Amino acid sequence: MAEYQNIFTRIQVVGPAYPGVPLPKGDNPRKYTPGHWHLLGRLGDAQIGPVYLGWLGLLSIFTGFLAFEIIGLVMLDSVNWDIRQFVRQLFWLALEPPPPKYGLRFPPLNEGGWWIIAGFLLSVSVVLWWLRTYRRARALGMGTHVAWAFAAALWLYFVCGFFRPLLMGSWSEAVPFGIFPHLDWTAALSIRYGNLFYNPFHALSIVFLYGATLLFAMHGATILALGRFGGEREIELAVDRGTAAERGGLFWRWTMGFNASFESIHRWAWWFAVLCPLTGGIGILLTGTVVDNWHQWAMQHAFAPSYPPESWNALPDPLTLAPGGAR
Amino acid sequence: MSYAVKAAAAVAAALGSFALLFTFERPPVDTVQTGYRGLGIEQVYNPRTEAATLAANQLPEVIARVPAVGPRAGQVYQNVQVLGDITVAQFARTMAALTQWVSPEQGCNYCHNPNNMASDEIYTKVVARRMLQMTARINAEWKSHVQETGVTCYTCHRGNPVPAYSWYNNDRPPRAAGLAAGQAGQNLAAPTVGYASLPNDPFTPYLEQASLIRVQTPAPRVMPVKPGIKDAEWTYGLMMHMSTSLGVNCTYCHNSRAWYSWEESPPTRTNAWHGIRMVRDVNNNFITPLQPVWAANPNGPPTGPAQSRVGIHGDPLKVNCGTCHQGNYKPLLGQSMLRDYPELNAVTKIDAPEPIRQ
Repeated sequence: MAEYQNIFTRIQVVGPAYPGVPLPKGDNPRKYTPGHWHLLGRLGDAQIGPVYLGWLGLLSIFTGFLAFEIIGLVMLDSVNWDIRQFVRQLFWLALEPPPPKYGLRFPPLNEGGWWIIAGFLLSVSVVLWWLRTYRRARALGMGTHVAWAFAAALWLYFVCGFFRPLLMGSWSEAVPFGIFPHLDWTAALSIRYGNLFYNPFHALSIVFLYGATLLFAMHGATILALGRFGGEREIELAVDRGTAAERGGLFWRWTMGFNASFESIHRWAWWFAVLCPLTGGIGILLTGTVVDNWHQWAMQHAFAPSYPPESWNALPDPLTLAPGGAR
Repeated sequence: MSYAVKAAAAVAAALGSFALLFTFERPPVDTVQTGYRGLGIEQVYNPRTEAATLAANQLPEVIARVPAVGPRAGQVYQNVQVLGDITVAQFARTMAALTQWVSPEQGCNYCHNPNNMASDEIYTKVVARRMLQMTARINAEWKSHVQETGVTCYTCHRGNPVPAYSWYNNDRPPRAAGLAAGQAGQNLAAPTVGYASLPNDPFTPYLEQASLIRVQTPAPRVMPVKPGIKDAEWTYGLMMHMSTSLGVNCTYCHNSRAWYSWEESPPTRTNAWHGIRMVRDVNNNFITPLQPVWAANPNGPPTGPAQSRVGIHGDPLKVNCGTCHQGNYKPLLGQSMLRDYPELNAVTKIDAPEPIRQ
């Protein structure tokens, strides 16, 4: 019983390591003899290597490291180079984007200039890494599904940090680099633009977020539960249904009325996951650019309920009553 | 499981429970619905802290009332500038109350030269006179906030010469010219904003200056530039302060689905709106004009105890929501002390410009 309830892999098969398919012409050779690490094998595959050191990956790590360093040094400066305070307040510290007065101009380095430089380097880093995922997939003769899923995440990243600030005409609208500060930014974005809860694309994004986790839980549970019948051999079962596939399908027809196939479940999960940042990115892009107050928009479009005014004992806006305060 | 894994799990569990224990209040808590159903408009109370809250808000014993007959204080004593219209007995009662409220340990001599009670030589007497004017101003002009409950010296002082909660201009990151100069006064663990990484001095722009708090559409058109996310963070910081100072959550004043909407806000929001204007009036017309007096005595009177009266810029310690409220939705849980001390309203010479109500 415990076989199927344990989060760790129970059986590790150790044999000669697989070196991979031949590389295309002009590619750097793979480095290092593959080894095995038992503890990693508890979580995933025990094999480490061979390593492929391409220019895309090296440059990506290098630019990513530079961005990381800039962010860290500015954070350290904000606590007066006090290492103790740096550790203590690490979650609060940030590299802030420029103040609104600079618009899209390049501000002094200590007023957001470093933010632009770090953001540029980080963007270069993730784009280079995206190219690496694409080209390594091709080099192995795979499809490029992973690269496109990664691209969906990058779409949201670039909407928040580049496209939307560009449309708003100010870098100050972009996300700060920092743990709590970027969460405060998220809350402030929603507050400023009238509650993101009423942004329909935000709603779609949440549907796909929760949907993806639900699908993954259903799929993972089905395969683990079918383990005793060889259910983890999904690829064979997609073409040649064995008893595992039949039992799994029947289970879902009995409990849900309908079942995915051993192939289609992966398409569903992939699309749900990818649509989460795609729709979310659209929602963020429209915020402040097209719709300035999502709650007002939702009221105008009968998307948000209204409540009886007497239930609030509401008083009028005091500013409109103040002497000389009429708008 | 190997021994190492078990040991690691035990350590993680211990750390986790430690964090849980000291981060959160344990259930159960009492939840009271205060608004329309289904919108989470409710306040949360911890029944285990109620006894301490009640104890902390006990009113001091009322000094026996005296009849308003006899000669006026202004006729009998010299240099009575603001309380001259009350009788000598009422004057004595008021002075006794002030001592009880502000300097119970230091006594009369905290403000007075015992050999010449009329003298203004001790600066705290000058401050006390201005504070009497301020109290009368609040009770007369800011009923929109303090209603008929009113305030007395005790509302803020609670037996301390310097009220326990105050603020000063703090616009500086620790390293003003360094790499992080542009971090917009935020991103440090700041108790002023409930330990969020929000701008940690929301007082200077909103409780001293009159920066626009409204950031959502429809904002008044006086804003020269459209407010952005960073403006929202400043407003958010002020709201965190208000929430912390009053011991309430957002829905005490707002329907949190639409912060801007007055049509969906309970009347407490209107009260708070006037409170913000009241605090500006207090800070700009009563506290800040006394700055030279405090700058000359930055650590209080020479008799001590030494306690700072000014901030890093030399500006005086000023008033925010916490100065009166001290963690309660109403100061002293809404008990009126003013009712027992009508002498405080006898101050007629306020000597301050008209309050700004917008």
